[in-house]
Amino acid sequence: MTESVDDKSKRRFLIAATTTVGAIGTGFTAVPFVLSMKPSAKAQAAGAPIEIDISKMEEGQKLTVEWRGKPVWVVKRSEKNLEDLSVLEKKLRDPESASSEQPGYAKNKIRAIKPEYFVVIGICTHLGCSPTYVKENDPHDLGSDWRGGFFCPCHGSFFDLAGRVYHSVPAPTNLVVPPHTYLSSTRILVGVESQEGVA
Amino acid sequence: MSKILTASLDWVDTRFPLSKLWNEHLAEYYAPKNFNFWYYFGSLALLVLVIQIITGILLATNYKPDAGMAFASVEYIMRDVEYGWLIRYLHSTGASFFFIMVYLHMFRAMLYGSYRKPRELLWILGMFIYLCLMAEAFLGYLLPWGQMSFWGAQVIISLFGAIPVFGEELAIWVRGDYVIADATLNRFFVYHVVSVPLILLVLVVMHIMALHQVGSNNPDGIEIKKNKDPKTGIPLDGIPFHPYYTVKDIVGVAVFLIFFSAVVFYAPEMWGYFLEANNFFPADPMKTPEHIAPLWFFTPFYAILRAIPDKLTGVIAMGASIMVWFLLPWIDRSPVKSIRYKGGIFKFALLLFVISFLGLCYLGMETPTPTKTLFAQIFSFIYFAFFILMPWYSKWDNTKPVPERVT
Repeated sequence: MTESVDDKSKRRFLIAATTTVGAIGTGFTAVPFVLSMKPSAKAQAAGAPIEIDISKMEEGQKLTVEWRGKPVWVVKRSEKNLEDLSVLEKKLRDPESASSEQPGYAKNKIRAIKPEYFVVIGICTHLGCSPTYVKENDPHDLGSDWRGGFFCPCHGSFFDLAGRVYHSVPAPTNLVVPPHTYLSSTRILVGVESQEGVA
Repeated sequence: MSKILTASLDWVDTRFPLSKLWNEHLAEYYAPKNFNFWYYFGSLALLVLVIQIITGILLATNYKPDAGMAFASVEYIMRDVEYGWLIRYLHSTGASFFFIMVYLHMFRAMLYGSYRKPRELLWILGMFIYLCLMAEAFLGYLLPWGQMSFWGAQVIISLFGAIPVFGEELAIWVRGDYVIADATLNRFFVYHVVSVPLILLVLVVMHIMALHQVGSNNPDGIEIKKNKDPKTGIPLDGIPFHPYYTVKDIVGVAVFLIFFSAVVFYAPEMWGYFLEANNFFPADPMKTPEHIAPLWFFTPFYAILRAIPDKLTGVIAMGASIMVWFLLPWIDRSPVKSIRYKGGIFKFALLLFVISFLGLCYLGMETPTPTKTLFAQIFSFIYFAFFILMPWYSKWDNTKPVPERVT
C-alpha cells in the first residue's frame, strides 16, 4: 500500500467491486446450507394418507392414530354431546370456526362431516402438546359445568367436544381438523380431501 | 537445571507470548483486595464448564443420536458402560450447577453494580454466555429422548410458530420435520456438542479479556485504578490475582466439590428437580405427559409465558423477560454502584425482584390453577416493573457517600 498514489479512485472502485462480488457469492453459498435443514424428501414422503376403521367404536370412545407423526383422534359423540355444543357457545372464543384451520366441510358448529364422528388432530394450537380427553363425569373433575372435551395439561387450555377453544386460555384457535373423507360408513381416510362430504 | 528451563522459556517466549500472557492475566493482573464470598462463582462456573466438556466428550463416545436408539443408548451408558452412571450423573448434575453458579454470579453483578460503566460490554458478553448456556441446556435435554425431552422440545420449538406469517415455516426448518423427529434429534446432538460449545468457549475467552481490560469491580463499587502507586503504577488497593486469588478460588473449588459430589452420589435426580421422572419413559409422539414443565432454571421464564392468556403476547413477554437484562447498564442511573451505598428504595426493589424470580421459578414447575396463574401474573408484573421503573427509582434513591478507598 503506497500512499504516494495520487488517484485513489481506481483502488476504491476495485475494493467496492471485489466486496460486492464476494458478498453476493457468500449469499449464494448460504442458500444450499440453509435449505439443507428443511425436511428431507424422505420426511416429506412420510405424510401418506391413513385409513381408520370406526365400526367398533362406542359412544364416548376416542381412537388415536398416527398421521404425519401427529396424533389424529376420532371421537364418537352422543346426542347429548351434540346438544351441549350449542349450550357452550358463549364460553368459546371462535364458535363458528371463522379464524380456525379446517377443511370447508368441517367449517360449521359441529366441525365434522357426520355429526357423531369428530375427526381432529390432537395437537394443542398453543405450543403443540397433545391435550387430554376429559369426559363429562371424568375423575379429572373440571367443574360441574364441564360438558366433556379436551384439556391441555401444558398450559391449561380447554376445548369442547368439537375442538373449539374456550375464552381466556392460551391457545389462540380451535384444534385443527385434518382433511378426511368417508370411504364407507365405517371407514375414514385421513389425509385426503372429501369429495362428497361438503355439507 | 534452572538454566535450561530459563533458556527453554526464552526460546518459547520469542515464538509465543507465554510469559506475557501469564503476567497479564495472572501474576500481574491486579484485582481489588476486598473480594468476598460472592466472587467465587465466576471461577466456579469455569470449573463446571471444564467438567461438562470432559464428561460430555466421554458421554458422546457411547451415545447414539438416532430416534430409534437414543433412549436405549443412555440406559446402556447407565448400566453397561464402566462408570457410565458416574459420568452421566456428573454431566446432568453439572448442568444444574452451571445455572446455580451463573445465577449467583449474575446476582453478584446486581448487588455491586458490576454491569455499570465501564463494564457494559463485559456484562453484555456475559449475557451472551447465559443465552448460549440456555441453548446448550435446551439442546442437550432432547438427547435422552424421554417423554420430557420430546414434549419440552415440542413446546419450545412451537414458540417459533407464534411469529406471524413465516413462523410455522421457520419451526419446520428448525425441526427438519413436521414434528420433533429423528432429523431434529440428530441436528440437536451436533449443535449441542459442536456449534454451541465453540461459541461458548469464544465468548468465555472474550468475557475474561474484557474483564482484564477494565479490571474487576468489588463490593464497594470503587474503581481501584483511580488510586495508583505513583512509582509503580500498580493500584494501591489491588493484589496480584496469582497467587492471592488463585489460592482463594481453590478453597472455593474444594467447598463446591463437597456439595457437587453430595448431589452426584446421593441425589442425582434431586427428587425430580435435576432429572424428571417422566424422562425415564421413552419419547411417545402420541401422548403428552399429564404434567409437563421444563427444568428449574427455565421455569421463571416459562411461568411468564403461561401467565399471559395469548400466544403471541406470551411469547413476546417471555423473550422480553430475558432480553431486558441486556439493558441493565443503562437503566440503572444510581450515582453509586454497590448496594452498600444504595438506599432503601433499591434494596426493597431488589428484594421484591428476588421474591418474584423465585416465585416464578416455583410456579413454572407447578400445574396451572387459577390461583397460581394469578400469582404468576403478579410476579411477572413485579419482574418487569423492576426493570422498567429502574431509571426513576434508582435516581430518586437516597444514596450514601462512597469512600475514596476500598473498605
